[in-house]
Amino acid sequence: MSGERGARRVTVTKTYKLFLGGGFPRSESGRSLSVVDRRGRVVAQVCRASRKDLREAVEAAARALPDWSRRDAYNRGQILYRMAEMLEARAGEMAELLALTVPGGLRRARRETAAAVDRLVHFAGWADKFPQVLGNANPVPGPYYNFTIPEPSGVTGVVAPAEEPLLALVSLLAPPLCAGCTIVALASPEHPLAASVLGEVCAVSDLPAGAVNLLSGRREELLPHLAGHREVIAIHAAGCSRAERRQLEEGTAGNLKRVRVVDLEAEAWYDEDECHSPWWIEPFVEMKTIWHPSAY
Amino acid sequence: MSRTKSPPEPAAAPGWDYAPAPETAPVEIASRYGHFIAGEFVPAADGAEFATINPATEEELSRVARGGAEDVERAVAAARRALPRWSRLPGRERAKYLFRIARRLQERARELAVLETLDGGKPIRESRDVDVPEAARHFFYHAGWADKLEFAFPGRRPKPVGVCGQIIPWNFPLLMAAWKLAPALACGNTVVLKPAETTPLTALRLAEILQECELPPGVVNIVTGDGETGAALAAHRGVRKIAFTGSTEVGKKLAAAVAGSRRRLTLELGGKSANIVCEDASLDQAVEGVIDAIFFNQGHVCCAGSRLLVQESILEEFLEKLDWRLRSLRVGDPLDKNTDVGAINSRAQLDRIRTYLRIGLEEGGRLHECHDQPLPAKGFWCRPCYFTNVQPADTLAREEVFGPVLAVMSFRTPEEAIARANNTPYGLAAGIWSDKGSRIFALAARLQAGVVWCNTYNRFDASSPFGGYKESGFGREGGRQGLRPYLELER
Repeated sequence: MSGERGARRVTVTKTYKLFLGGGFPRSESGRSLSVVDRRGRVVAQVCRASRKDLREAVEAAARALPDWSRRDAYNRGQILYRMAEMLEARAGEMAELLALTVPGGLRRARRETAAAVDRLVHFAGWADKFPQVLGNANPVPGPYYNFTIPEPSGVTGVVAPAEEPLLALVSLLAPPLCAGCTIVALASPEHPLAASVLGEVCAVSDLPAGAVNLLSGRREELLPHLAGHREVIAIHAAGCSRAERRQLEEGTAGNLKRVRVVDLEAEAWYDEDECHSPWWIEPFVEMKTIWHPSAY
Repeated sequence: MSRTKSPPEPAAAPGWDYAPAPETAPVEIASRYGHFIAGEFVPAADGAEFATINPATEEELSRVARGGAEDVERAVAAARRALPRWSRLPGRERAKYLFRIARRLQERARELAVLETLDGGKPIRESRDVDVPEAARHFFYHAGWADKLEFAFPGRRPKPVGVCGQIIPWNFPLLMAAWKLAPALACGNTVVLKPAETTPLTALRLAEILQECELPPGVVNIVTGDGETGAALAAHRGVRKIAFTGSTEVGKKLAAAVAGSRRRLTLELGGKSANIVCEDASLDQAVEGVIDAIFFNQGHVCCAGSRLLVQESILEEFLEKLDWRLRSLRVGDPLDKNTDVGAINSRAQLDRIRTYLRIGLEEGGRLHECHDQPLPAKGFWCRPCYFTNVQPADTLAREEVFGPVLAVMSFRTPEEAIARANNTPYGLAAGIWSDKGSRIFALAARLQAGVVWCNTYNRFDASSPFGGYKESGFGREGGRQGLRPYLELER
């Protein structure tokens, strides 16, 4: 039997989950958070990641690091470009989700999504160029061949702000990612749906599993553990209070993390002069200097 | 590849007798020195001072002001007053001061070398041939950057960060002062420098040189003292950037103190650097390089090659050659031009090294001293040595000794060498000895270290960035990359 003719079709609603190690698990804690739209209606549930989820995400990022960091720069560039292609294809869905919770409506959300695509394209292109801009040969005296090359720092924690939750997230993770770092990102707590869809973009972009991990949850619950984790060597954060900034920088005292906290107003995330630059990549690379004698 | 064993070397020590060859250039040392603040030498606000001694004789050389919070306050105030004019001075004019300083260092080179050796215990051969010429080179190199900074950072307008607090160690006192001061000044910053407690004299001689060069008062201020002086400097809110070279322990404390203050920090910290000798290496050259890597400056070198990894197939032959070479090292009077290994910098450091020697033996390591010539009766001495039977988890394989003590381990495959070399929280330097170019570059790419020396070790230059991965710190010193910590990059 096919049932009563003309019955209204029930839509299939999406379950938003974490993006961790290349898969979409729920939080091991079995907790979730309600996402509320601008009128105060609950529009979705997202996973509320726990400390243990964070640890697993860091482990996944650490496992992915040898593969991702040693890929050819050309390959990394193509994969970031693939992310841009996949995000462009989902631009409509992304903009609608953003418009649900972020003030400014669909028009603003479309602009943010387009800028996020462009940012991915920009850093896709840097992957095989930034070593030529940030590195160089050194004219040392004596019969030595001496050069300095940038290498990825390692597992990088990203903390996304409330404003421009997609564009800022992409702007914070693309520079270390294009350099060969792997990422554990905390989604904007106020607007987590963008990160959920970005996870779906990552999953179909040929990124190795664990190269990008995206966690939704409460910032105050996760931030101390991200700051204190010894496998995380760098942090790229925005929208932090003074106390959060201090907390992140105190993590430096544990394992000498490289911490960059960005202070940008909402509109500044669209400023390409500000955000399109190899100096956004430079904090997430280590300069390696190699000496070799030259002789017959 | 088969390797024929080289003929056995003479079993006995080489036993060459050298006549003493002391460096005799006289150096005047005042009986007391004050801080250098706003272009003048001034006593400590509370009159406190401390003695600095010659570690080779334990004799007092001079008495030096001990900086307290008030001295730091005065020095930072002087640096802040000097900042507007110095930072707005055209780069080409700032450059001329730095060129002058470089020239004056060259003109007073021998005096500085002797003073460095007296105060710190390092062989005159090293202070004369490395420390002082490299210090002059640093000022000369960075002088030229002062009017070219916009070319170093494409797409950005570089601006000075402000007053810099710089805290330097005792192992290369004048050279570290140059490493810190030259880029800071070239970038238009003013500075308060805190030299190490046991080696303040060459920094104070540098202050005289800055006076001779008519560097505007307050651009460089020098406050002498101990760890508390350094902590007061780092805690001062008027200091916008802190640069520290020293132990990882102190570096982490500084990081915690600076957290959340929006003040900048660069750290050049400890190391446990691996020196990897592959079976295809030129062995005599590698032995010489291993000696240089660990015994240069009594092993008081943050990037010392203190973990030797030798491929198993050549271990026995390599150690025979190492024994022979160790026996020929001359330990003693640092002012003697033939001396290879001078005095340990301080009694406290000698005690630390001896503690590590004891722990090394307790953990089952086998100590090889080889060197058996008599040591001077007075002063602080440690025979250069190495340990075998060291496991990766042992203290000597993990912790920085900062002395002439080498931990020897072996490996079978390059993969194993990389895993062992990277198995440390440190990441400052590494050495590779091999005659195969592709192997060298494959290893160099995989080693987590800021400096990788291939078929050489302990080479330094002002144009070559230096600094660590992981817990060896962050930021680079030298080269274009070394300018970055001293600049804000504006659009």
